[in-house]
Amino acid sequence: MISISHVSKTFGVGDRRTVALDDVSLEVGRGEIFGVVGQSGAGKSTLIRTVNLLERPDSGEITVDGRLITSLGDRELRIARQGIGMIFQHFNLLSSRTVRGNVELALEVVGVDGRERRTRAGEILELVGLEGKADAYPAQLSGGQKQRIGIARSLAARPSVLLSDEATSALDPETTRSILELLRTINRELGLTVLLITHEMDVVKSVCDSAALIEGGRIAEQGRLVELISTPGSRLAHELFPLGEVPANTSGTVIDITFSGGLADRPVIAQLSRTHAIDVSILGATIETIAGNQAGRTRLELPGTPATNAAAIADLRGQGLLVEIVTGDAA
Amino acid sequence: MNDTSDPQFWSDLVDVLILGTGQTLYMVSIALVVTVVVGLPLGILLVGTERGGLFASPFGSRTAGRIINRVLDFVVNLGRSIPFIILMIAVIPFTRLVVGTFIGSTAAIVPLSLVAIPFFARMVEIALKEVDPGLTEAANSLGATRWQIVRKVLVPEALPSMLLGLSTTVTSIINFSAMVGTVAGGGLGDVAFRYGYQRYSTIHIVAVIVIIFIIVQSLAAIATHFARKFARTSSPEGRVSAADKLELQPAPTGA
Repeated sequence: MISISHVSKTFGVGDRRTVALDDVSLEVGRGEIFGVVGQSGAGKSTLIRTVNLLERPDSGEITVDGRLITSLGDRELRIARQGIGMIFQHFNLLSSRTVRGNVELALEVVGVDGRERRTRAGEILELVGLEGKADAYPAQLSGGQKQRIGIARSLAARPSVLLSDEATSALDPETTRSILELLRTINRELGLTVLLITHEMDVVKSVCDSAALIEGGRIAEQGRLVELISTPGSRLAHELFPLGEVPANTSGTVIDITFSGGLADRPVIAQLSRTHAIDVSILGATIETIAGNQAGRTRLELPGTPATNAAAIADLRGQGLLVEIVTGDAA
Repeated sequence: MNDTSDPQFWSDLVDVLILGTGQTLYMVSIALVVTVVVGLPLGILLVGTERGGLFASPFGSRTAGRIINRVLDFVVNLGRSIPFIILMIAVIPFTRLVVGTFIGSTAAIVPLSLVAIPFFARMVEIALKEVDPGLTEAANSLGATRWQIVRKVLVPEALPSMLLGLSTTVTSIINFSAMVGTVAGGGLGDVAFRYGYQRYSTIHIVAVIVIIFIIVQSLAAIATHFARKFARTSSPEGRVSAADKLELQPAPTGA
């Protein structure tokens, strides 16, 4: 649905030259929620703004819904943008217009006539849960409500794609959750493809189907979350299950076991201890709901000999679990 | 001559004041309309042709944008630097071209507009720069044209500030209109000069001051009222306090 291919962007010249995007390629499938996560300055904001050409890349191609955005002229680009909704961290609402007026702006731009605008604005405000607030001004509403106006405005002209530029970063955790739920709902009900950028792993965890990690303007890793969590050495997976540092005084072999799908509720560790007669210690554990599935990761210390440890690990792998050796000597 | 016991004195005073007030209001209101009609687009162009602005590259050329910006900026600075009394004399050929004569109230509207346009254009520029660039970005993301962005986003959002700028502009037009007696433009300034100064009539001076004070204060009150009405920010006090600063600036006296 969104295809970003070999996109590069540099700001400034000479000594102040900074590479914001360095040969970035991304593929967002139809109907999925794709999260790009990275620290501030990693280039994620530039990346999302290249999709509707608010930022024009120096090189590379961007295709949205089969249309090569990077080749369009001014007029065609404006029409293409009408099919790409966007929401912002600071909402970017007009203070001079009512809630309804803000939503109608999107329709005025497209050229929808007055009566139809009003009907459509009413519908969409109902969808985002603001039906009673149509005549209020943004200044009278809370942050979460303002973002709902932003979402309503972005959806009014029936786009096929929604870009979310840190949409929940200015909101408290409670409100963030409700906005993410709303994004999930519209993703399902309208079949909308969503590309979002965030610095919060929790956002990726709770709504995304796929994710990419961006660092220093490069994509370090990308894929479907269900696949990433069973990929050995995946950094995104590590970020999804933060287990912290390995304690310095551990003597044995430390392993991370990732449970996903139907494996999450089996008594794996108890069995392991019994079958191999080893006293495992649990150093850390976490369970998360990722892309709608329960998944967890447990860090164990195996105190046995290399041979027994290897047998134990082989046994776990035999059960279809992902086992990564963090420290120690077992193959 | 200033015999206040003579009933003729009072009826003359009233006649003179009515005539003067009428001339002042006539000159100021037409000059104001011209100022808004020319100054608003000028202010928009001043901001728009800046680097990264909406009209940064007219006809696809950044050089053209830069040149337009420089020229406008120069013209505005020039207009604001010349003392009004000098400007009024300097533009006489232009006034003649436009109105046919350089004498009288109608002719005086030309220099009054010329002095107020750059002033108001700067006010518009300041007001537009206060608008969050995120709003332009949001409108762009919706696929708005540049004209739609100006008309539906920038101008409505900057309206409260622009109204307060307009209030300051009217005050300065009224200020300058007091000098057009020089070109037989009439008005309240001329009344003060001819009766108050040349004929030592304190009553005329006081009456003129009172009338001008009332005009300026009512216009300012109207502008502030509408500015508050249109300012829908969460902290209207914040918006108005920035604007109050504008009002506190002394109206330029031609320098």
